[in-house]
Amino acid sequence: MSESQDLTGTGDAQGGLQPGERETITLINVREGMFGAQGDTSGYDLLVEPVEMPGATERPYGEWFDGVVDVLEELLGADADAAIEHVVVDRGELTLYVAREHLPAVAQHLRDDQDLRFEMCLGVSGVHYPADQGRELHAVYPMQSLTHNRRLRVEVAVSEQDPHIPSLTGIYPMNNWHERETWDFFGIVFDGHPSLARIEMPDDWVGHPQRKDYPLGGIPVEYKGAEIPSPDNRRQYR
Amino acid sequence: MTQTAPHATGAFVEDPDAPEYSAYGGDWSDIADEAARLAQQRIVVNMGPQHPSTHGVLRVMLELEGEVVTETRAGIGYLHTGIEKNMEYRTWTQGVTFCTRMDYVASMSQEAVYCMGIEKLLGITDDVPERANILRVLMLELTRIGSHLVAIGTGGNEMGATTVMTTAFIAREDTFRVIENISGLRTNNAYIRPGGVAQDAPEDAVALIRKVIPQIKQKLDELADLQLENPIFKGRLKGVANLDLAGCMALGITGPILRSAGLPYDVRKADPYFGYETYDFQVPTSTDADAYSRVVLRLEECYESLKIVAQCADRLEQTEGQPVMVADKKIAWPAQLSVGSDGQGNSLDHIRHIMGESMESLIHHFKLVTEGFKVPAGQVYSAIEGPKGLLGVHLVSDGGTKPWRAHFRDPGFNNLQALGILTEGGQVADVVVAIATIDMVLGGVDR
Repeated sequence: MSESQDLTGTGDAQGGLQPGERETITLINVREGMFGAQGDTSGYDLLVEPVEMPGATERPYGEWFDGVVDVLEELLGADADAAIEHVVVDRGELTLYVAREHLPAVAQHLRDDQDLRFEMCLGVSGVHYPADQGRELHAVYPMQSLTHNRRLRVEVAVSEQDPHIPSLTGIYPMNNWHERETWDFFGIVFDGHPSLARIEMPDDWVGHPQRKDYPLGGIPVEYKGAEIPSPDNRRQYR
Repeated sequence: MTQTAPHATGAFVEDPDAPEYSAYGGDWSDIADEAARLAQQRIVVNMGPQHPSTHGVLRVMLELEGEVVTETRAGIGYLHTGIEKNMEYRTWTQGVTFCTRMDYVASMSQEAVYCMGIEKLLGITDDVPERANILRVLMLELTRIGSHLVAIGTGGNEMGATTVMTTAFIAREDTFRVIENISGLRTNNAYIRPGGVAQDAPEDAVALIRKVIPQIKQKLDELADLQLENPIFKGRLKGVANLDLAGCMALGITGPILRSAGLPYDVRKADPYFGYETYDFQVPTSTDADAYSRVVLRLEECYESLKIVAQCADRLEQTEGQPVMVADKKIAWPAQLSVGSDGQGNSLDHIRHIMGESMESLIHHFKLVTEGFKVPAGQVYSAIEGPKGLLGVHLVSDGGTKPWRAHFRDPGFNNLQALGILTEGGQVADVVVAIATIDMVLGGVDR
């Protein structure tokens, strides 16, 4: 499997804070300027706005969330504090930020304990946050309990320099292809996966296309005398 | 027919002396005879990616011992078009136009789950008007019927029963008549929008729905009569492509395959959305866990969906004239469309208003259509019961006018992982039955 250095970003992990040392859970983006254009005489391009994910939630979390977190903490025992970095309740959804080395243990408990019984993992969705130094790549696992009819989210963050997460295929065999897809698109290496090959892109493809620093591609199109830039080069209203 | 030197499409084979057979048309039995003559039992067959029975561009690699499949591998990615990546460069509303093209046999499902996710991010789930939700349910159920009919029809066609396909497609065309009447398009509708639906149903929609329901029902009856007691059909499907509940749970299978193993899990009942809890319908299940029971289930689900469609028609009548988009003008799509005799077009009244009467309306229209609306930062997961199983979407917003990340959990992508367990140990002829019973669409699988 060939790796490309020029397309996988050049984030600096050294300056990044360790989880727990900071209040921001996920720095989604640092938005600069107003339209993405540089050299704007209006001065709007000097605007800098960090955008963060909703922060950690204090107990009580509400609904069934407290019970699930209690049971999970009890099962994890002494590892509980290290395993569950943050608990976030936002928009009626529970997110557990889990340290990657504890992910298999957390998943095993979530699946097997009779009070948890999250029998299905609905795959893994990769997200790239280039601004979030030291935690650029996130793997998001939606867990579905059919027994209790609940859904929660387990999120694991790793750095671009060390993008390794233990594979969950031993606990959730259904995650086989999902992990291959996340490897393919984001370059997260799922250690212990039986065959972590590319799945959507050709086997000899270079780079991981859904990372933010991977260009979308496209060519400018001429329409009625005017040139319309490709979608990723258009003026942005972010 | 026998080649000794490897050629361009040759797979990597550890044994350099292993013979390779390439067939271009011709009769499979000739190749099998030759293999038998050469006393070669182990054959690797590459099926696809352009094979009519693979529902799109699926490549299946089969290892055979005579007629028995010993190992199956599915190769996907031939229809990967980067829809999720593209959505990150378009506004939230424009994303509807992209995601509708994923599983193109069930366009409305992606639109619905995506808009549900955006509404959750915006916190306006409860503000969506009742009539919009009725129209969404109507569209989703017609789509479910259409998708199941394609599954049944193409499945029959693959086994040589062309009449099954033509009958199913005639009925599917009736679902399209209603969808086209309301949205202006047969598929890839971009009809369900954040906050509601693109436009209200025209006046004759309810009458048309009532007209097509018995027509679809008649074709469903015909399909049932044609297939379910047919000895060849039963011989081909009964006991084939078995997957018990334990296998389903291990592989995360949802939809008709899971229900054929006896678990009545349906997101419409378990976690209702768009007001599904107020509709009267059943979730059919079976315990046979084979390909035959899944055809029966899909037919039964079509009847249940028709029940919901009929209830939608009644409710549309009762809610005549009510809004179909949220009241918040900062989110509601300002453009108004109308369906004319030649298809979908701009509403002339709206054009007159913004071009001739109100400069502010024109500015508002321009800003919202080009720039879009901002969605507060955060992430959500929402799921609906698609025709093929649990269809989920993970959306991340950075507070801007475009998604930071949109990931779809296509049920076909997940369920296709079961192809190995469904086919290994069976006959090579049953592979097409197994593919038909999974009923994935490669546009959704590859996205």
